[in-house]
Amino acid sequence: MNLDAPLRHEPATESEADPRLPANTRLKIIDGDVHPALRSPADLKPYLSQRWWEHFQTWGGRRRSGMSYEPYPKSQPRASRRDAWPEEGGAPGSSLRLMREQFLDAYGIEYGILGPLGLTGQSEFNLEFAGAIASAANDWQRESFSKPEPRLKSAIVVPYDDAEAAAREIDKRADDPAYAQVFMLTRSQEPAGRKRYWPIYAAAERHGLPVGMHVFGASGHPYTGAGWPSYYIEESSGHSTSCQTVVTSLVMEGVFERFPKLKVVIIEGGFGWLPALTWRLDKLFERMRSEVPHLKRRPSEYIREHIWLTTQPMEEPKDPRQLFDVMEWIGWDRLLFASDYPHWDFDDPFRAFPAGLPRERLHQILTSNGKAVYRLA
Amino acid sequence: MQGDFEAAIDCDVHPRLPTPKALSAHMDDFWRDTVEVRGIDVWDSAAYPANAPFTVRPDWRQARADASPAGLAAATLDRFGFGHAILNCLFPVQAFRDENLAAAFARATNDWIAREWLDKDPRLRASLVLPIQSPARSVEEIERLAADRRFVQVLVLAMGESPLGKSRYWPIYAAAEKHGFALGVHAGSSYHQAVTGSGWPSYFIEDYAAQAAGFHTQLGSLICEGVFVKYPKLKVVLIESGVSWLPPYLWRLAKSWRGVRQEVPWLDRSPEEFARDHVRLTLQPFDAPPGAAHIGRILDQLQSDDMLLFATDFPHWQFDGEAMLPAGLAPELKRKILIDNALATYPRLGRSP
Repeated sequence: MNLDAPLRHEPATESEADPRLPANTRLKIIDGDVHPALRSPADLKPYLSQRWWEHFQTWGGRRRSGMSYEPYPKSQPRASRRDAWPEEGGAPGSSLRLMREQFLDAYGIEYGILGPLGLTGQSEFNLEFAGAIASAANDWQRESFSKPEPRLKSAIVVPYDDAEAAAREIDKRADDPAYAQVFMLTRSQEPAGRKRYWPIYAAAERHGLPVGMHVFGASGHPYTGAGWPSYYIEESSGHSTSCQTVVTSLVMEGVFERFPKLKVVIIEGGFGWLPALTWRLDKLFERMRSEVPHLKRRPSEYIREHIWLTTQPMEEPKDPRQLFDVMEWIGWDRLLFASDYPHWDFDDPFRAFPAGLPRERLHQILTSNGKAVYRLA
Repeated sequence: MQGDFEAAIDCDVHPRLPTPKALSAHMDDFWRDTVEVRGIDVWDSAAYPANAPFTVRPDWRQARADASPAGLAAATLDRFGFGHAILNCLFPVQAFRDENLAAAFARATNDWIAREWLDKDPRLRASLVLPIQSPARSVEEIERLAADRRFVQVLVLAMGESPLGKSRYWPIYAAAEKHGFALGVHAGSSYHQAVTGSGWPSYFIEDYAAQAAGFHTQLGSLICEGVFVKYPKLKVVLIESGVSWLPPYLWRLAKSWRGVRQEVPWLDRSPEEFARDHVRLTLQPFDAPPGAAHIGRILDQLQSDDMLLFATDFPHWQFDGEAMLPAGLAPELKRKILIDNALATYPRLGRSP
């Protein structure tokens, strides 16, 4: 699934070659999940004060998982495609040259929305340090990727567990067209709808930026309500549960009542789980609305209006019609293509979707939905 | 109406929670003194707030239907002609941090169920409550009551201290398999840790919604740790899980398995196959949109007619009137859901007690 990723795309769907589609709608893929990487932590040094650089050199990262890196060893180095390691050294995702050659040019990506993971400060115990690293990561993305390559849009990484600092970071960056989204992780210290995070949503709404909620992060709690699973397969298959916490909390806390223009994009959690969750929340709301009287509408209505999801890693039923049912129930205008480049479970935009997906639907997912969500001008 | 449900097996029924004092009547002197001397007069968890409308359906609340076997019989068993009902007592034994207390209360709870419920109505069956804090004591409890065939299942919660597939719990599964008990996993938490991976939510409605995610974890754990490889006869019943979350989760788990199966090389089949062979789900609640529109397509996602078990989830307010089953089920499937699947899941149910 990663060794044979093509260096050049071969037309595999009708839509891209279909002469009836106007030229300007062909192959303009918007990719909602691209991961840039540092060549080394020194890439952040120019953007850190001496105080925080020395702090990092001395104390390193201390995350709420109790580890300096991820607590589950990945299935392969840096969870990346083995062909994505740059000749010039550095981790997959750190070479703009290779990213262009292997990804942007090869697939005709019009825009790739960056989502930096790794050293971004987002799960750090020390919130001051988190803020400094997040801000440096934002400078680094712009200087290393968006400035030399306008197809790549940076994310405003925010130290979300310090919401005031996060809102300041958004205000500082929002007018810069290099940035296309606010970037959080799904495992925050508290469920994402809790009031402590509202300054972030206020700032995002104020500036018309979507809030991307990418899976991962360390909350300080076990990764599931039932404790720590043993295996990476469980962690990776379980990301949808942290996405369910995000959606449930945003809805039930009334975030979308308070911020009626807020857009939230759930990234890398798949999407097959959303219909069942939505039906569940609607039923529970019928019985228990007296507990949440601040909600003026059914949960499904808030979800339909405010939530988007990136497609990768897509659930794969044996019968693709079951996948299309799920897409239909979510809404064809809510799904955004994502490749997850350069990670091992990369989705090829020309091969990831099962045969039989109507071409106008594919076009929505690959192109037009992204244009409606992200600020891409 | 009665004809439709004649001989049906209701696989999830909840007696009203006993008080610690009521349970202490089934304890030995030491533990009865402990309850008295230490003033353990309240032991409620944050699950199912007693006065919340969801916890007891209004008509059943008014009739105090969950307070006694006679009330339960009038509300469901007699009224619809059910053949059996399986009691799942949710007294929060799992919440004790002290495994000695947990074991004492588990024994008392099981004896209370036998004396106050099973002895009073021959149609009743029950799950054995386990002091899951200690796998060794859980095994002792299984062995203690294995001869009483009215207990057909051992009961744990969807959220405990560790995912259920971990090998520390395997002695429980060995004992359950040996005696023909199913493993029942019911919505609920020990509340020894937050109910989500992002901490504690504000509202009960979120807590209950999150229970479905607890089932994701438990199913993934039971499959990936190889419990069904080690215990090929074990059946797991996911009780009050919501049902429709299952197929998309299995699609995801199976896809992950195809990618990273070198991590769990003991799995000789796809997670979807293990689930179809070993996992059963009670059919209340059934998370689906109103009406019959999507129900057929949702049930088709299971790719099996053997997995669903009829349940009312009495007295929780999951349905109105008599709408106990999703609309539009084919008669053969309905028969399997109401009776045959339960008989296949609970071998102890088919034998006379």
